[in-house]
Amino acid sequence: MKNVLGAAIFAALIATTASAEDVKPMEVAFVDGTVEVSLTGKAGDAAEGRKVFANRKQGNCLACHTNADLSEESFHGEVGPPMDGVAGRWSEAELRGIVTNSKMMFEGTIMPAFYKDTGYTRPLDDFAGKSILTAQQVEDVVAYLMTLKEE
Amino acid sequence: MNLKPWIAIAAISLSGAAFAQDSSSLSVEGEALLTETAAPEHMENVDTIYSGWRFRSGETQALQTDDFDNPAMIFVDKGIDLWAKVDGTEGKSCSSCHEDVADFAGLRTTLPRVEDAGLVTMENLVNECRTERMGAEAWKYSKGNMTAMTALIGLQSRGMAMNVAIDGDAAPFWEKGKELYYTRVGQLDMSCSNCHEDNYGTMIRADHLSQGQINGFPTYRLKNAKLNSIHGRFKGCMKNIRATPFAEGGEEFKALELYLASRGEGLVVETPSVRN
Repeated sequence: MKNVLGAAIFAALIATTASAEDVKPMEVAFVDGTVEVSLTGKAGDAAEGRKVFANRKQGNCLACHTNADLSEESFHGEVGPPMDGVAGRWSEAELRGIVTNSKMMFEGTIMPAFYKDTGYTRPLDDFAGKSILTAQQVEDVVAYLMTLKEE
Repeated sequence: MNLKPWIAIAAISLSGAAFAQDSSSLSVEGEALLTETAAPEHMENVDTIYSGWRFRSGETQALQTDDFDNPAMIFVDKGIDLWAKVDGTEGKSCSSCHEDVADFAGLRTTLPRVEDAGLVTMENLVNECRTERMGAEAWKYSKGNMTAMTALIGLQSRGMAMNVAIDGDAAPFWEKGKELYYTRVGQLDMSCSNCHEDNYGTMIRADHLSQGQINGFPTYRLKNAKLNSIHGRFKGCMKNIRATPFAEGGEEFKALELYLASRGEGLVVETPSVRN
């Protein structure tokens, strides 16, 4: 019984904390705003990325970007550019850079950095020292965005 | 790197923003209220200012046009009761000293203002009366008694143009408020200006971004079915961007209130307004 519980806790830890092999938020190597190498060392899962994109507690990307691929979700925001065909406009390395920290490419943009855990002013305690997404979630979103090709 | 698609899209969304508020005109109880006017000179990045009313749906807009339909008026009635209610050690009510609440016509347009080297809001003035002249306890800054009273007093200025002083003694407070307006905070790392200056008129998920004008406060929100204070709204905004809010009634929010009031110069008081 004890072992079962221990295994469950261990599994939960893996699910919610960054893996030791992930590139840490402040160690991401940007080149002209792009990030060449996967933050997890692996390819992301596009199906998971689609969920992260829509989830209000995770990426909540729909708050600012319309996306025809998620037409089942109501209320797509208009603050940022539409996501339709985004894979045809940007490379994977560019998209990884933009999701990780778009300010490295677009100075002064409103878009939050999704993989940055320090340097914030007055973050709420619950979010202090944390990035909005995990390395895995960033890779999943990037993999998903790479599926959004113009018909 | 190919920047062209981004630039083209940005240009479209910017040109769209300037026309995205609706073209309805507001009339309350048969009296026309101005909801758009030229921006004051101190606003460097905006040409025209619009009441938040212009960004709401037709159903929400309609609720503000008739005082019988306006759900905020229940709270104004509560304010009328409180106005006449004796409270505190001195045996006084508001009406013991102030003959008619209508004498406060115009007050809302000038607040916050500097008194004795400090910035004071309407809430501060109400509590000063309660603690210093009535011998009563101060009301909580954004709770029901206070918002009922600020709605009643604010209503006396309905239709009058916002006109706060920002020079002289007020200048340092105004500068501080302006700095706060443009400072990015929270995990989402956003300033007031990112949404309410750069992107008003666009949708952020289900919400239509306004210019963040405060000429209708306290405002009745359909979201929580009560009157909401200016500082209470600031607090909600900060939490949305995952920032630790400043204190309601604190120096930061008072300075921000002054700055925002000045960005609404020329718009008329709509208190109590109705929003979503």
